[in-house]
Amino acid sequence: MSQADLSIHAQVSRSEATEVMTAPTFSVPAKKMAMWLFIIADSATFAGCLVAYGFIRNASANWPRPFHGITNVALMTLILLTSSLTMMFAVRHAESGDTAKAFRWTLITAVCGIMFAALHLREWFGMIGEGATLFHNPWGTPLFSSLFFSITGLHLLHVTGGVVALIVVGLRYRGGRYNADDLEITGLYWHFVDLVWMFVVPLVYLLNLAH
Amino acid sequence: MTTAGASNSSAGKDIAVYGCLLALAGIQFLIAYSDITASQMFVRMLIVAMVEAGVALLFFMHLWENRGLKWFVIIFTVAVILGMQYGWTDSFRLSNGVPWAK
Repeated sequence: MSQADLSIHAQVSRSEATEVMTAPTFSVPAKKMAMWLFIIADSATFAGCLVAYGFIRNASANWPRPFHGITNVALMTLILLTSSLTMMFAVRHAESGDTAKAFRWTLITAVCGIMFAALHLREWFGMIGEGATLFHNPWGTPLFSSLFFSITGLHLLHVTGGVVALIVVGLRYRGGRYNADDLEITGLYWHFVDLVWMFVVPLVYLLNLAH
Repeated sequence: MTTAGASNSSAGKDIAVYGCLLALAGIQFLIAYSDITASQMFVRMLIVAMVEAGVALLFFMHLWENRGLKWFVIIFTVAVILGMQYGWTDSFRLSNGVPWAK
């Protein structure tokens, strides 16, 4: 074997070794694994908030049930679930290489997020108008409004961040700087935001309906 | 199966999952108006919410397609929860929650 052959063989072995060394754990790319770890950690945050809410609700004597209608929260839930579907469409089109459609569906998802946030803020302003603030509640224990604004505010913050991320990643994907994997990873975060809402709605809204 | 055919079946599956999630959310709203105690309502709503979350995790977040990642997420999440429940050094857990505290 010539020196050149040995050199090529060494290069191939080195590149194979490099590929083995950088092979993603569980065949998952590092970026996706990082997003999953973040989602698990953030789930623990929300779980802690909701469990604390449950304990405080059970322990409070005059816990109010101020929600008279479900229209607004039903509409918000519909919008957020639909945004998860539109995000799925965006990822599918990105995986098939259709950049234009993927970007369009990503923007539609972001618009759904903005609509959700607008409805949420409208609800907040309605409650503030009735006298409920972070430290005061006209219907009973002030802990109700503290917990309500804290938990829904934390979720709204996540939605807002998600909308920004969708717009930025969508634009960079369309510009060729990001690929379909990056769009999918952003979609994972958006589905997580929707998943959290599935727990917030029954615990914070539906259990506090006025009967 | 052609690319267009595969794409249509994927979209159909996504819409079916979306329909399931809408139905489960609707069930939660029905439970809210049923004549049961608050604790019964809480348990039933939590079960429906967990089914919803499971469906979203498996199909929208692609855990159904990636078995290794699915088990990693399950095991890691359970480990975090157990770690927080039995390893958190707050007074309640040191007095009541941790098995070796008594």
